[in-house]
Formats: sequence, structure tokens, C-alpha cells
Amino acid sequence: MIELTASVLLVLGAALTLLAAVGFLRFPDVLTRMHAATKPATAGLLLILTGTALVHSGAVQVAKLALVALLQFITAPVGAHLIGRAVFWSRSPLAERTHLDDGSRSRSGRT
Amino acid sequence: MVEMATTVAFTFLSVASLLFVYRVVISPTLADRIIALDALLLSVVGGVAVHAARTGEAAYLDVIVVAALLAFLGTALVARFVGRRDR
Repeated sequence: MIELTASVLLVLGAALTLLAAVGFLRFPDVLTRMHAATKPATAGLLLILTGTALVHSGAVQVAKLALVALLQFITAPVGAHLIGRAVFWSRSPLAERTHLDDGSRSRSGRT
Repeated sequence: MVEMATTVAFTFLSVASLLFVYRVVISPTLADRIIALDALLLSVVGGVAVHAARTGEAAYLDVIVVAALLAFLGTALVARFVGRRDR
């Protein structure tokens, strides 16, 4: 039963990563592509780590995996924020279908 | 059971990594390359974790910790660099 759960979690995490890669190739502009690519950074990795933790039963091993998950949950949003900030200020073009760009004024006001 | 699941997971992660590599090589903007490299590193981390689950080898868990931290460090550094250069 535990093996089955671990297997399902591992496959789900890997499938999420694959879906993110497909979305990354297909989405129209940088920010939407980032939206697709940053999902597996937390959700996909957490699924895979949980699956691995179910296979490894030792307390130290599970603690290490929990540490990775915790660090990932802290650092992934920070990294995504830094990239998003760089993209925002570098005035990269948005998709043509974008109707609302709240940042346009603050971006053009700054030289 | 786990053996079969890890094979499937490896396949998914390999295809995802190939797509990310494609995006690193052929990319519309510099920011896309950073995002793709970050996602590529994280799929490598996922691959190491899957391998740790397949073999039951505990030594790989340390590799996961270090690789996940390095992925963040690299992304943060390059994002700062890009933000500064384009301004």
C-alpha cells in the first residue's frame, strides 16, 4: 500500500514537471511562461519528495527530505519574484491578448 | 511497483528536461533562458530524488539538498544580473 502510494506520487510529480515543460513551450509571453514553469518548482518537487520519503523509512532520511521541501517552499517564490521583477522592469513585450497592464505607467515613468 | 513507477517518472522527467534544454538553446528572450535553466535544474533535482526512491540509497538525499539550494542561488544571481543590465 505504501509502495503504491509512493509510486503514484512519484509519477504525478514527474507528470506535473512534463506538463510544465509543455506549457513553457506553448504560452505566449514571458510572464505566462513563468507561471507555467514555476509550478513544478514547488508542487511537483513536493510530490516527488513525498514519494521518496515514503520509500525511505529512516528518520534522518525523512528529515533531510523535509528540509529540502521546506527550503524549496521558501526559496522558490523568492526566485520567481526576482525573475518576475527583472522581466517587469526590462519591459519585455506582453502577449497581444493582454488587455490590462497595471504596470505600464510605473514602468514608463522610470527611465 | 516502485521500480516501474520510477521508470515512468524518469521518462517524464527526461522529456521535460529535453523540452527545457530546447528552450535554453532556442529562446526568444534572456529571461526565458533563466526560467528554463531554473526549471531544468529542478527537474534534475526531481530526477535525483526519483533515483533515490528507486535504489533506496540514502547518500543521494544530500545531493538533493545541495542541488536544490544551488538552483536557487544561481537563479537569484542571474536574475539580479539581468535586472541590472536591462535598466
